[in-house]
Amino acid sequence: MTSLTNLGVKAIADGVAGGEFTAVEVAEAFNANVAAAAALNAFIVTTPEHAIAAAERVDADRAAGKALGLMAGVPIGMKDLFATKGVQTTAASHILEGFVPQYESTVSQKLWDAGAGMLGKLNLDQFAMGSSNETSYFGDVANPWRRNDGGNAKLAPGGSSGGSSAAVAARLAPAATGTDTGGSIRQPAAFTGISGIKPTYGRCSRWGIVAFASSLDQAGPMARSVEDCAIMLEAMAGFDPKDSTSLDMPVPNWSTALNGDLRGKKVGIPREYRMDGTDADILKSWEDGIAWLKDAGAEVVDISLPHTKYALPAYYIVAPAEASSNLARYDGVRYGLRDLPEGAGLQDMYAATRAAGFGDEVKRRILIGTYVLSAGFYDAYYTQAMKVRTLIQRDFDAAFAQVDVILAPTTPTAAFGLGENVDDPLAMYLNDVFAVPASLAGLPAMSVPAGLNSQGLPLGLQLIGNRFDEQGVLNAGLAIESRAGFTAQPEKWW
Amino acid sequence: MSNYRIQGATGEWEIVVGLEVHAQVTSHAKLFSSASTAFGAEPNSQVSLIDAAMPGMLPVPNRECIRQAVRTGMAIEAQINKWSRFDRKNYFYADLPQGYQISQLYHPIVGKGALTIEADEKAGIPVDKVIGVERIHVEQDAGKLMHDQHPTMSYVDLNRTGVALMEIVSDPDMTSPAEAGAYIRKLRAILRYVGSCDGNMEEGSMRADVNVSVRKVGDPNLGTRTETKNVNSVRFVMQAIEHEAQRQVDVLEDGGKIVQETRLFDPGTGTTRSMRSKEDAHDYRYFPDPDLLPLELDDAFLEECRASLPELPDAKRARYTGELGLTDYNARELTAEVETFARFETLLAATAQAIGKSEAKVATQVANWSLSVAPGVMKALGDEADPAHATAQAQAAILTMQDAGEISGGQAKEIYEIVLKTGRAPDEIADTEGLKQQSDTGAIEAVIDDVLAANPDKVEEYRGGKDKLFGFFVGQTMKAMQGKGNPAVVNQILKAKLG
Repeated sequence: MTSLTNLGVKAIADGVAGGEFTAVEVAEAFNANVAAAAALNAFIVTTPEHAIAAAERVDADRAAGKALGLMAGVPIGMKDLFATKGVQTTAASHILEGFVPQYESTVSQKLWDAGAGMLGKLNLDQFAMGSSNETSYFGDVANPWRRNDGGNAKLAPGGSSGGSSAAVAARLAPAATGTDTGGSIRQPAAFTGISGIKPTYGRCSRWGIVAFASSLDQAGPMARSVEDCAIMLEAMAGFDPKDSTSLDMPVPNWSTALNGDLRGKKVGIPREYRMDGTDADILKSWEDGIAWLKDAGAEVVDISLPHTKYALPAYYIVAPAEASSNLARYDGVRYGLRDLPEGAGLQDMYAATRAAGFGDEVKRRILIGTYVLSAGFYDAYYTQAMKVRTLIQRDFDAAFAQVDVILAPTTPTAAFGLGENVDDPLAMYLNDVFAVPASLAGLPAMSVPAGLNSQGLPLGLQLIGNRFDEQGVLNAGLAIESRAGFTAQPEKWW
Repeated sequence: MSNYRIQGATGEWEIVVGLEVHAQVTSHAKLFSSASTAFGAEPNSQVSLIDAAMPGMLPVPNRECIRQAVRTGMAIEAQINKWSRFDRKNYFYADLPQGYQISQLYHPIVGKGALTIEADEKAGIPVDKVIGVERIHVEQDAGKLMHDQHPTMSYVDLNRTGVALMEIVSDPDMTSPAEAGAYIRKLRAILRYVGSCDGNMEEGSMRADVNVSVRKVGDPNLGTRTETKNVNSVRFVMQAIEHEAQRQVDVLEDGGKIVQETRLFDPGTGTTRSMRSKEDAHDYRYFPDPDLLPLELDDAFLEECRASLPELPDAKRARYTGELGLTDYNARELTAEVETFARFETLLAATAQAIGKSEAKVATQVANWSLSVAPGVMKALGDEADPAHATAQAQAAILTMQDAGEISGGQAKEIYEIVLKTGRAPDEIADTEGLKQQSDTGAIEAVIDDVLAANPDKVEEYRGGKDKLFGFFVGQTMKAMQGKGNPAVVNQILKAKLG
C-alpha cells in the first residue's frame, strides 16, 4: 500500500474514479502513515474515522454511478486554524484547547463537498503567528528533511503552516490546507520541498478560519505538484456571502487550463529582492529559475519594486494591529480556557485567562498591535504602515503593467534548525521578507520546489501574479516544476 | 437663545447642552447577523455565532439597517455620505463578546443635518429654534449584564448584542432643559414617522448621553463638559441637565473646577454621580474594521430611500395649518405622534367622504372632535368603553349627523358614549334613543309662537332695546323642546319673529 501514499491529488482522484483502487484503501494507507509519524508531531488530533467515512461515501457514490467531486477520494490534512464541526479546533493555542466548533468553515466544507476526507487537524504556529511552528502550544513540528551532514539536527518545517508542510512532504497526506498571512503557505512549502499557493485576497472565504490578521489572511492548498494545487484551490475557492471581503467572481478551471508554455509572457525579476546576505544557494536557484522560464519561452525583464524594504516593517505593524483586536474575543467568558482565580473579578479573569492561554509570540504581537493602535501612536505607526501598504500595491501595479508574473526566491535561507531563531524574533521575522510584499498587496503567489542546496535541503522559488491571475502564477509554476525535475524525497527517519 | 439662567452668588450662568441619542434601528435582524431583535425574549435565545464572537465568525452588514440610517439622515435633511466605513472600538467587557464594538468614528454614514424645535412660550422657548445634528452613525449595541441572579456571579444576556443602533449626535445648540426635552421629542417623532426606530424609551430603544457645560452669561468660551450616560426618558434628560448644571455652578462658585468625566444619572434621586474621569478613560484604539469593506451607496439605493420617506412632522404641520386651516395648537397636537395623525387622517377622510365636502371644509370639526370631544368621552367612560368600537366609520357617522344639524354637540357625545359601550350604529342610536334635534321649522315656529305669547312683557322689553333677553327666549324655546331644537334654526326663527 505504500505506493498509494506516493500519489498526489490528481493521481488519487483519477485512480478512484477509474476503479484502480478504492477511496477507502487510500484513506487507510494515509491513516497508517499518519499513525506511524508521531515523531513529526504534524497533527494535533488525528481523525482517521473522518477520512474513512468520507472515502466510503465516495466509493458508494462511484458504485452508484454518481458524479464525483474534484477531490473525491482524496484524504487531506486540515490546518487546525479551520473550524471543523465536532472536531477540536485550537489554532495551536492553549486558550482554545478543547474547543469543539458547532460549525464548519466554508473552505473545509467545500473540500468535503468535493469528496475530500480529513486525516486530522494539523499543527501550526499558535494563531498562525510564527515561521517555524515553534510557537504551537502542542509542540514543535519536525521537518521531515534533514541536513546531509549526518548531524540529524531537527529542522523547522516553516510556519505557520508547519504541520501542513511536514505532513505533505512526509507523505502523511497528499495535500493539506494552509493559510497565508505573511508567507505562512509559501515559506513552509519552500522549507519542505512542496508547492503551495496563496490565492488573491478574497478568493477563499475566511468564514470559519480563526482570524489572525483579517486584511491579509488567505487560505490555500499545499501539495506536491502545481497541478494538485490548482485542483485543490478550485475546490476551496469561491464567493461566500458570509464573508464581506469575499470576491464575487466565478472560480476559473485553473487545473484544466494549466499550460507551462510561456511564449509571449514576460517575467519580472525585482532587483530589490537581491538583498545583502541572501544565501548563495538561494541566489543560484533564482538564476536557475530565470533560465527555466526563459526556456519555457518567457521574456525576462528586470523590474523595480522600490518600496520592498518597507514591506516587512509595515507588515509587522498592520498584522499585529489587527491581531490585537481579533484576539480580544478570547477572554474566558464564553468558550475556551477560563482561569478564574479565587475571589477574582472580571478584569482579573481576563488577565489570568489570557496570561495562561496565549504563548509568548502571541502576547508579543498583541502588545505590538495594542501599542501601534494606541492614542498618540496611531498615526506614526498604523496610518504610516497603511500608506506604505498602498505604495507597495502601486509598485506591483506598475510592475504588472510591464510583466505578467514576477519570479523571486520564496525565502532568504533554507530550513533552519529548531531552536536556532527562537530567541531572536527579528531574525525569525526576516524569513518572510520575500513573502510579505505580495501579502500586503493581496496578490496571488506560490512557492514551487527548485532544487536542493549544498546541505541537501529543498529550496523554493516564488511566483507572484497580478490580482485574480492565479492562472499566470500556476502556469509559471508548472514551467519551473517541469524543468526543475525535483523528485527528491526526505529519507524516512520518523 | 432661551432665557434659562442659573443664579449664582457671583452672577448669572447659562448652560450649553449637546445630546448623543442612541436609537435602536427598527429591523428584524441585527446589524451584522441574522439573529432576531425582538424585545423580551428568553436570555441568550437570540444569539448567532457572530454575536457570540465564535472563532472565525465574520460580520455581514444588514442592508435594512443601513437603509433606515440613510432614511433617518434624509429626514433631517442631512448630508448622506455615499462612502462610509466601519471602525472597531476596542475595549474589554463581559457584554462585548468580540472585545470591540463595530462603529463608525472616522467616516459616518450621515453628516450634518438639523431639526427644528417649535416655539413654546410656557416652556421658555419663545421662537422656533434650529438644532444642528453633527452626524449619525450606525453601530452595534452591547449585551446586558445581570448582577442580581447569583450571589457571587454576574450573568450575561447576549440577545441585545449586535443589534443596530443609530447614534445621533447633536451640536451643542441647546441652552435649557426644555430645549433638550423638545429636541428629543422632535427627534423621536421624526424617527417614528420615518419608521427607523420605535422610539420606545422604556424598552431602551432610545437613550441619550447628555453633555452639559455651564458658563457665565456672555462668556464666548465653552466650559468643561460632563457626559451623563444612558438617560432613558425625556423627563430624566431634563432632570439630569437641571441637576448637572446646578452642580457645576455650585462647584465653580465654590472655586472648584469641572472635571471632564462620564457620569451616571440616578432616576430615583434625580441626581448624577461620577462614573469615571478622563484620566481613567479607555483608549479605544479605533481602526478600520478589516473584516468589512467600505460602505458605498449607489444612486438607486439613495433614490429608493428618499422615495420611501413619508410626509414628515414639519411638512405635515404646515399642511394642517395651511391647507386644512387648523389652528397652530391643533396642528401641533395632531402631528406630535404617529398614532394621533394616523387616526386623524383616517377619520378626516371618512368624514369628508360621508358628508360629501372637501377635507379642508370638515378639518376643524374633525380636529376638535379628535383632540377634545372623543378623548373626553373615552376618558370619562374609563373601563366601560371598548376602544375597538371607536371606529372611523362610527365617528364619521356621528360627525355627519352633527354637520347636517340632525344632532347637537351634546347629543353627539351621548351617542358616542353608547357607541363605545355597545358598538351599536350611531344612526340607529340617534333614532332609537331620541337623540336627534328638531330642525323642522314649522314645529319650531309653533313652539316659539307659544313662548312669545306666554311672555308678552319680555317681548315688549326686548323690542324696547333689551337685547340681552334674546337668550331668555332661546332658553325657553329649548326647554319647551326638551333641548332637541336645532339651535341655529331656533335662533333664526326667533330673530325673525322678534324683528
